[in-house]
Amino acid sequence: MTTSSLGTVTEGSIAQPDQHDNLVIEAPRNRRKRPSGNRSKTNFEMYAWIFMRMSGLLLFVLVLWHLLIMTVLDGGVQKVNFAFVAGRWSSPFWRTWDLAQLWLAQLHGTNGLRVIINDYAERDGTRFWLKMLLYMSSFLVLLLGTLVIFTFDPNLT
Amino acid sequence: MPKAPAGTLYRGREGMWSWVAHRVTGVLIFFFLFAHVLDTALVRVSPDSYNRVIDTYKTPFVNLMEVGLVGAVLYHALNGVRVMLIDFWSKGVRYQREMTWAILTVFVLVMAPGAYFMTKHTLEAIFGSAS
Repeated sequence: MTTSSLGTVTEGSIAQPDQHDNLVIEAPRNRRKRPSGNRSKTNFEMYAWIFMRMSGLLLFVLVLWHLLIMTVLDGGVQKVNFAFVAGRWSSPFWRTWDLAQLWLAQLHGTNGLRVIINDYAERDGTRFWLKMLLYMSSFLVLLLGTLVIFTFDPNLT
Repeated sequence: MPKAPAGTLYRGREGMWSWVAHRVTGVLIFFFLFAHVLDTALVRVSPDSYNRVIDTYKTPFVNLMEVGLVGAVLYHALNGVRVMLIDFWSKGVRYQREMTWAILTVFVLVMAPGAYFMTKHTLEAIFGSAS
């Protein structure tokens, strides 16, 4: 038995303390520092995970029903035109439906792409700018879509 | 990416491919949603500009891509339910492979009539029985 900075090591084992004096193995009870530092002290990732499942469940109904009406029933997409949209958006029910669909789908998709960017973009700068582009475009899509639903004018010429 | 240990039951099988397909369909849907919000926004420009753009959706080629879009959404929705069952159902992990084949079966059963009604007008236009 010899004693070194590593503590007591049985001779003949793989570790050769005399040759590895600079090797530091932290005590098992010491928590490793989080790779992303202090930024991830909130439970953002857990809430994002829950949001994906909650919004996914709602979107299952909202989007599949939307696709059934718009692309399958009554001649499919052939019937869709300005008058058809005006007819649907005369009802607050369908406006609310479409607004919920817009926000849930856009946020669900934005978080999905955020995860994909984090997975595949390895350089810090690439990851940062791709996500900035993603958040900017999402913001614009949500703003534009919301404005269109709230300011729709069936008598526009 | 680190190499998976040899002999894993997951890599390269139903579990992995359904995950790959979930990502691919998710990205496809995201980019379509971007285009779709823009085309719908044309209702604030003029009825005519909206109608002209929507008319492109009615052409045979885009109509066929629409079947692909609906297929992507349907797969993503069904596999999303499978993912939630894996997460929240105590036997979800054990039956993940069976659930993959179950959702693929539902997918085919829904898409077969769905694709027919979606492309009915296009098929009639091509094969000559459209009014």
